This record gives sequence, structure tokens and C-alpha cells, in this order.
Amino acid sequence: MQGNEACAEGALMAGARFFAGYPITPSSEIAELMAEKLPLAGGSFIQMEDEIASMAAVIGASLAGVKALTATSGPGFSLKQENLGYAAATEIPCVVVNVMRGGPSTGLPTSPAQADVMQARWGTHGDHPVIVLSPYSVQECFELAVKSFNFAEEFRVPVILLMDEVIGHLRERVELPDAVEVVDRKKPVVPPDKYYPYENDASMVPAMANFGDGYRHHVTGLIHDITGLPSGKPAVTEKLLGRLNHKLDRYLDRITLYEEVAVEDAELVVFAYGCTARSALEAVNAARGSGLKVGLFRPKTIWPFPVEQLEKLSGKTFLVPEMNCGQLVGEVERVVGRRQVHRLNRFDGELITPDEILLKIQEVMSGVQ
Amino acid sequence: MAKQQALLTGTGGQGLILAAIMLAEGAVSAGKNVVQTQSYGPEARGGASKAEVIISEETISYPKVMNPDLVLAMSPEAYKKYGLPLDEEAVLIVDSTFVQEVKPRSKNYFALPVTRLTKAEFGSEQSANVVALGVVGAVSGWLSYEDIRQGVLQRAPKGTAERNLAALELGWRLGLEAKAQAGVSGKAELQNAGKG
Repeated sequence: MQGNEACAEGALMAGARFFAGYPITPSSEIAELMAEKLPLAGGSFIQMEDEIASMAAVIGASLAGVKALTATSGPGFSLKQENLGYAAATEIPCVVVNVMRGGPSTGLPTSPAQADVMQARWGTHGDHPVIVLSPYSVQECFELAVKSFNFAEEFRVPVILLMDEVIGHLRERVELPDAVEVVDRKKPVVPPDKYYPYENDASMVPAMANFGDGYRHHVTGLIHDITGLPSGKPAVTEKLLGRLNHKLDRYLDRITLYEEVAVEDAELVVFAYGCTARSALEAVNAARGSGLKVGLFRPKTIWPFPVEQLEKLSGKTFLVPEMNCGQLVGEVERVVGRRQVHRLNRFDGELITPDEILLKIQEVMSGVQ
Repeated sequence: MAKQQALLTGTGGQGLILAAIMLAEGAVSAGKNVVQTQSYGPEARGGASKAEVIISEETISYPKVMNPDLVLAMSPEAYKKYGLPLDEEAVLIVDSTFVQEVKPRSKNYFALPVTRLTKAEFGSEQSANVVALGVVGAVSGWLSYEDIRQGVLQRAPKGTAERNLAALELGWRLGLEAKAQAGVSGKAELQNAGKG
């Protein structure tokens, strides 16, 4: 099965019943499969006039109580940013799959890159919460698609499943479970006249009524109070932005997904995600085979950034291979110190090879000793 | 056992990615680990196309082919890019319908008129990809006929199973014939093969 197909299967199993999109390489298979399968599952598929409208439709569907997603690639992801910010501000759960290709602009339509990593975090304006997950196998496309919906529903945030052309188009064996753990958004337990759509309890996440269920539910991208109506008051602004930007803090342990390979005694840790992590794993194994103390840290959750997990490894030397001109490496430097971090960047549209990483490992380690 | 790596190369529209998917499905049906990737241009037809398959008993991390054990080239451009630099220990199969000028090799070389025979047999070039798959299957010996047959059945577009199975059979026969002719020399250039 292909990564894009596995992503679609995961979304369906997580309960997605609405897809709006505008097909774009290398994500189109997701739309294709959704168009085929959603109607059979009682859901809806709409090909919209563009990516902006697709994102708006996804938000509308989610407000009406339906789990919704869209899938795109770089150029479309740029267009979705405005409404992505709207979803973050209004706390509407939704999933955006971005199968990264080479950019900027139309770039390299059929070639891989990892150049939307910062855009996924900061592409829309203003301080806002977002969760970004990065799968490195077809199996993980499925698993993280499920997680994306569960996180979106539980925390009422947009979740971006950040894939890349290699993983999206990769075919390998997967094992799909018969059932998965599915999380649904919290619904109000109070009668309609007692409901405030943005009143939160200790969970920091307000209960969400379906639009049209009889609950007064005002939704605006303007700064709003607990009624959902606009307010420009400093106290209201501070309270809303404070809550929005810190609501994930208490859940970081659960949100931060990662894998470590042989890091314990490692002198050098390769930090890699997505397609690059496959090459990195092979390079790390080869390095270990030749007696070098090398490990791999592979974040599956890249935003929020795994600060605490990396802090535990500080003191070690890091190598960050990326298929861009250097993006997430800046975060690694921020956590473990710039002097500890080496970069390896490839941005010619070809997958970085294990040999390139191994060579860099050897080069860095000969300098370390 | 070491991993087996194949490149199926040619022009967009020849169906080589589908052939690679069928090969990969065949490997799955044989209970092996397999990854399949491709690179292609933005065009639906024309432009270079390369489909990659890695089959292994072990886990496969890096999903691209680095040192192919087998290259199928179905266009002169693909031959120049992937066939010409190929080590003589690896197997080169060219579709002589399109690839006529080949640098001499001492062994592991098969030139077969895949597309021309497909057209002669079925009246169109449409199943040349599956005929080529049959050749690849028989020449490589990596998977059984039955496993590849399963791969074809699973991935043949609706209503085309019969035609594609016939194409696979033709290709397999062609591959076996070429292999037999190659014998010790390890080379075969068949012009009128597959008619029997």
C-alpha cells in the first residue's frame, strides 16, 4: 500500500467523514481515495474551486460536527494558511495533510523536499497553537493520520500531517488493525441557555456544540470572549491568547511522539524526520557496524518541538540532515547549543542517501575525537 | 539473503510504474519485504519515468535503489541513463523495439522486442508493460510465476485481468526462451521470439 493510501485509510478509520480539496501532486491519491470511499461510508467528498475554499469547507464541516480533512502540497498549503489561522483562533478541529514537494512556488511538482517545516508552524500570522506530525513509513502514515484526528478532536487545534513525496508515494507492506482508538471532541453537558462556546474548564479546551444543534454558537476570527462575540479588551485578548498558546502545554508528554535508536551511549546523535530518517537509520546502523557510537533521534511530532527530549541528550554532538536549506536544525541548535550541531542539507529534489549521511558522520566524528 | 533491486525505466505512459507495483505485490504475496518508489516528470505521457523495486528478507530503510541488480530500459534515453552505466554483474534487459544501439556487454544482457511482440500479439502496445514484467520475472528468477501472477491480478485495472494475464504469460515465455538461448554466454538477442 502507498503512503497516501495509508493516510486516507487512517483518516477513515479515525472517523473522518468529510473531505474538501483541490488535488495537487504529490497528494492527489488521498483525494482520489477519499472520493471513492467517503460516499460508501456515509460521508461527503467535495472538490472545491481552490485550496482556500477547501480549507473553508473543512472548517464548516467540522463546525457542523463532522470530522474533516483536506490534503495538499506546497502551493496549496500556502493558500490554506489564512483559514488555517481561522481554525486555530476559533479552535475548530481539522486535519490538513501536506505532502511536501520541492518549492518555493510551483517548484518541483513531482520531487521530494522537507521545506515546509517552518511554514507548518508559522505559516499563518499571529501566535497560535498547532500540532505537526511527520511519518517516515507507510505504516506510520496510517497511524499518524489516526493520531492527527484524535489530537485535533481532543485539543481543538488544527493538526498538520506533514508528509513528503517519498513517503506519500512509497509502497510497502502495512498491517492495518481492525479498529483503532478514536477520540471525539468534548460536547457541552449544560443546557443551551447555559452554554458559552469558549468557556473552558481545567482541561483548557472548551466543549464544542455542533453548529445547528440549538446551542448559541458565535464563531469569529476576531479576538473573542467566552460567548464567542468579538472583543478588543486587553484583558479578554490576553486571556484568549494566553489560553490558546498554552493549552497544549500540559499535554506535551502525550503529544510528543518520537523514536530513539541507540542514543544512550551515542557520542553523535542524528536528528532526522520523514523520508530523511530512513536514510539516517541505515547510516546509523552502518556507523554502529563500524564501531562508531552513533544514535538516531526521530521526532514523529515535530511541532510542538521535542524540547525536553532533546535536553536530555544535550552534551552530545548532533547531526541534522534535512531536505531543505536548514529549517528544523535551528530548533535543535536552540535546545542543545549551536556549537554542538552539524548540518547536512540536500535540496536538489533527490532523496538524501545513507552514504551521504555516513560520510558526514565519519567527518564529524573524526573532528570530535 | 541480500536484497534484490530493480529499476524499470522508460517513458511516461508506458505503464512501468504499474508494472513495478505488480512486481512489488508479487513479492508481498511471496511473503517478502518490499518497497516500491518512482520518479517521473509532471507530464502524463512522455518525459522520463523510473520505477524502483527493492525486495528483501530484511527490513528496508532507504527506499531507493542504489546498486540495481536488474535494469529494464524501454527507451533510448532510459538506456543511456540507467543501462549504459550498469555493472556487467547486473542484468540489463532492453526493449529492442526502441533501444537499438547498445554498448557491447560480455554477459547479463537481453535484448527483446517487447513492445513489437505485444503489438503483434494483442493488436496494440497497451500491455507491453506486463509483457516486460513477465520477462523481468522469468529472467531474474526472484519470484515464482504464481506470485507475480497474483501481483498482476491484484493490480490489473478492472476488466483487463484476462488480457494482462495473457501478457504476463507471453513475457514469461519470452524471458525463459531468452534465458535458455543465453545459456553460458549470458546474452540473448531475440528478434522473433515468443511466437511459439
